[in-house]
Amino acid sequence: MQFMLLFSRQGKLRLQKWYVPLSDTQKKKISREVIQMVLARKPKMCSFLEWRDMKIVYKRYASLYFCCAVEDQENELITLEIIHRYVELLDKYFGSVCELDIIFNFEKAYYILDEFILGGEAQETSKKNVLKAIEQADMLQEEAEAPRSVLEEIGLT
Amino acid sequence: MRGLAVFISDIRNCKSKEAEIKRINKELANIRSKFKGDKALDGYSKKKYVCKLLFIFLLGHDIDFGHMEAVNLLSSNKYTEKQIGYLFISVLVNSNSELIRLINNAIKNDLSSRNPTFMCLALHCIANVGSREMAEAFAGEIPRILVAGDTMDSVKQSAALCLLRLYKTSPDLVLMGEWTSRVVHLLNDQHMGVVTAAISLITCLSQKNPDEFKTCVSLAVSRLSRIVSSASTDLQDYTYYFVPAPWLSCKLLRLLQCYPPPEDGAVKGRLVECLETILNKAQEPPKSKKVQHSNAKNAILFEAISLIIHYDSEPNLLVRACNQLGQFLQHRETNLRYLALESMCTLASSEFSHEAVKTHIETVINALKTERDVSVRQRAADLLYAMCDRSNAKQIVAEMLSYLETADYSIREEMVLKVAILAEKYAVDYSWYVDTILNLIRIAGDYVSEEVWYRVIQIVINRDDVQGYAAKTVFEALQAPACHENMVKVGGYILGEFGNLIAGDPRSSPLVQFNLLHSKFHLCSVPTRALLLSAYIKFINLFPETKSTIQEVLRSDSQIRNSDVELQQRAVEYLKLSSIASTDVLATVLEEMPPFPERESSILAKLKKKKGPGAVSVNELEEGKREGGELNGGGERGGDSSAIASTPSPSADLLGLRAGPPVTAAAPSAGSLLVDVFSEAGVNDDGFLRFVCKNNGVLFENQLLQIGIKSEYRQNLGRMYLFYGNKTSVQFVTFTTTVTCPGDTLVLEPLIEGGAQVQQVINIECLTDFSDAPLLNIKFRYGGALQNLTLKLPVTINKFFQPTEMASHDFFQRWKQLSLPQQEAQKIFKANHAMDTEVLKAKLLGLGMALLENVDPNPENFVCAGVIQTKAQQVGSLLRLEPNAQAQMYRLTVRSSKDTVSKRLCELLAEQF
Repeated sequence: MQFMLLFSRQGKLRLQKWYVPLSDTQKKKISREVIQMVLARKPKMCSFLEWRDMKIVYKRYASLYFCCAVEDQENELITLEIIHRYVELLDKYFGSVCELDIIFNFEKAYYILDEFILGGEAQETSKKNVLKAIEQADMLQEEAEAPRSVLEEIGLT
Repeated sequence: MRGLAVFISDIRNCKSKEAEIKRINKELANIRSKFKGDKALDGYSKKKYVCKLLFIFLLGHDIDFGHMEAVNLLSSNKYTEKQIGYLFISVLVNSNSELIRLINNAIKNDLSSRNPTFMCLALHCIANVGSREMAEAFAGEIPRILVAGDTMDSVKQSAALCLLRLYKTSPDLVLMGEWTSRVVHLLNDQHMGVVTAAISLITCLSQKNPDEFKTCVSLAVSRLSRIVSSASTDLQDYTYYFVPAPWLSCKLLRLLQCYPPPEDGAVKGRLVECLETILNKAQEPPKSKKVQHSNAKNAILFEAISLIIHYDSEPNLLVRACNQLGQFLQHRETNLRYLALESMCTLASSEFSHEAVKTHIETVINALKTERDVSVRQRAADLLYAMCDRSNAKQIVAEMLSYLETADYSIREEMVLKVAILAEKYAVDYSWYVDTILNLIRIAGDYVSEEVWYRVIQIVINRDDVQGYAAKTVFEALQAPACHENMVKVGGYILGEFGNLIAGDPRSSPLVQFNLLHSKFHLCSVPTRALLLSAYIKFINLFPETKSTIQEVLRSDSQIRNSDVELQQRAVEYLKLSSIASTDVLATVLEEMPPFPERESSILAKLKKKKGPGAVSVNELEEGKREGGELNGGGERGGDSSAIASTPSPSADLLGLRAGPPVTAAAPSAGSLLVDVFSEAGVNDDGFLRFVCKNNGVLFENQLLQIGIKSEYRQNLGRMYLFYGNKTSVQFVTFTTTVTCPGDTLVLEPLIEGGAQVQQVINIECLTDFSDAPLLNIKFRYGGALQNLTLKLPVTINKFFQPTEMASHDFFQRWKQLSLPQQEAQKIFKANHAMDTEVLKAKLLGLGMALLENVDPNPENFVCAGVIQTKAQQVGSLLRLEPNAQAQMYRLTVRSSKDTVSKRLCELLAEQF
């Protein structure tokens, strides 16, 4: 996989993960191009697009588009299910996930993705194992979290 | 982190872009002051601010500070702080950053911490950044972590993919070693997650070093077999919607595609069984109605079909695959229809399944007409192209033409090219071909490239039987009130040559023809006008009654004083020519264009001579109706009076291609077809034989690809540089070349960028004398179709000549020494080129022998001497060439210490003069 993008129906990028080295300008250009292309597609159209020398595989879940760019010879259907598994992971972790969860907890969305896919390839496809890794990390977090001052809790700093 | 959440909702509440930027700038100022402030920040605050910066960056704003704070977080022993630090670095740090050293230090600490969670974080960071500096620092360490006995499974998984990333960015830094064999055995690991991660690494490594990893084939087969035969619940959480381990299955099937079919019968049997089971399962009723179930199941099925196509050796499986895809062609899921069309395209190029694919023609045509999604229609068009052969060409071309009228702009150019290629390749009668191309110009004139309309003219010129028809048709086409400029070009050219064939009919009398052409003149560009002026002067010759009208046109200020030099010159010259030249002179100067010279040196004749009657390729060629070289050559001649193509160009390419192994000739692949049809002129003489006396030049050229050669030889060694130029604007994908000769195989970097050139170097060592040239096979994908062509590499025995100077006396003494009948080879042959002494000398020098002056008593004759250097032995050779200018014949005599060498040299040289 070359990159993964999550964006809203309005074309706002919610998550971006790049598995090939690209400059920031290239990334912005590609995102714009891909988002535009995918948003122009009508429902019932197929989920695969040839783009440059890659394939774009995308699927819409509620207000969010999940979109992967994979190498030319990559399997499209299994990529669709990569997307679905990621959605399931988010769903299980956040408890019926919505776009806001991903906006406010973007760092979590990245952690979950890193546990699932690394360097563009599936690292662990078992839902249980991925969530176990994330929960363990959360446990560490809770132990570490000491009570904060009131001012800080309400976000004034 | 409450502060972060508040900030994010602030941003979300901004009503305008300006407000958002204002809010962000405020926040940036705040963070900057905190970072710069005197008070040391605690870990939590640092984490919070770094996270805010990250959020701002992800919104699309530039961030130019905070990196140092993020690096500091890495050394925190609080997990969440470390985690944010790593995330920030993964997203924001460029490989050239000065911080890399500090980051690498932190990573090193975490890797040696023996805390699996920390180790994984560090590995994720390496895999995400994947810079060269990181590869330098960790490429040695990670393989150790990967294969160490006490490494935790989760760490192994991360290590495998981390190593994959480093290998992709810096393959030179990841050294193969003892670990490689142990990595292969991870395919047997008990933990499915470890296998899933490891197989991606193994696949990539196998692609680059197939021999070192070939043990993975049997391991992969047995793993696959276990998964395929397991019940849907056996694999617990690795079962996905009732499909056991779909990701791993796909990856195993993909890994097997790096290798030829297993040689071991038992392994192969087991694999075929797996493939059959997968095909069987496709027929079973679904275990769930969920799309995830069918997707996962079909993902494996498509990957299995890819493997079956890759092997291309199991007719039974190929046909079953084709039938299965046939079912998908009418599936209600658009995705499946799309994939079935795509996959069938490759099946069409296998000889075993070509016929089976063809049975679906109606469905595919229907898809082209009714699919609502352009990407699906594009696939349907690709498939029609791939399944086309003589039996269905008319139908397919007609459908493509009618689709072209409404086709999306993005795919028109490609469609035009495809139609043109098919029309020519499968033309049974040429009037059909002419109709098709004219229709093409009518429907999509803007997308018809020069090559396409040059070609129709060449074919018309070379075929008497179609000329009258072409003139009539083009005349009719020009009647349309608005016709494309390309149509005017073709019309001007053809009427200028063959207008007389339809002039008998009062409806297309000479003046009517002229007026029709001239009515378009003012709307055309300069090159077309120039072509029309040439057509006019030809009219004066064909139809004297038009002379005064045309002269008047030429004489008008808009012609004779035209600001364009070319037009003005033509008008002046043509006017003068028409007024002073006698009818005879005019008739000679403006005679009908001769057929393209390729006809004289028919490749077919050559092929027959080479391969003997009955060879597959010759039959194929006749069937394809490419007799004579008339379809080759591409220079524009007529319209431009100065550009008369004179180089004979029997398509080198075609010969080279057909001389390849019979497989190429038999498989009606899209590749060979493109090559045949668009072998350009310009490339002169036989691609292979052209290089007997020279070392550099263009070996092959067609519409898509140009291959240039530079080579040098010394003693028994040589080096050849092949330059592959992509002439299109599109990327060629999976470009691979294979050189087959004395067993050595080369694989090229698999990509050639649009418009780019890639160089390949081949080192050559001559072990012993030889007759058969090495073969170069090239495969790549262009526009969905697999291109496949085989060329003879111009490595000939004479390349290894060392010239030997000797005096007359010595020469004849040695000549006599080589007097055994088998040591001599002689040939008497007709001159193919002008018998120019200087040219002959240059060729003989190019041959590599020493050209000896004052040796032969007859100064017209040439004698040469040289020694062929091979590893096994040296072969001394003497040569004598006796030209007979009157008879336009040569007698060539070669004597060598080895009979095969004499014979081969004689064969090679007989084609050169």
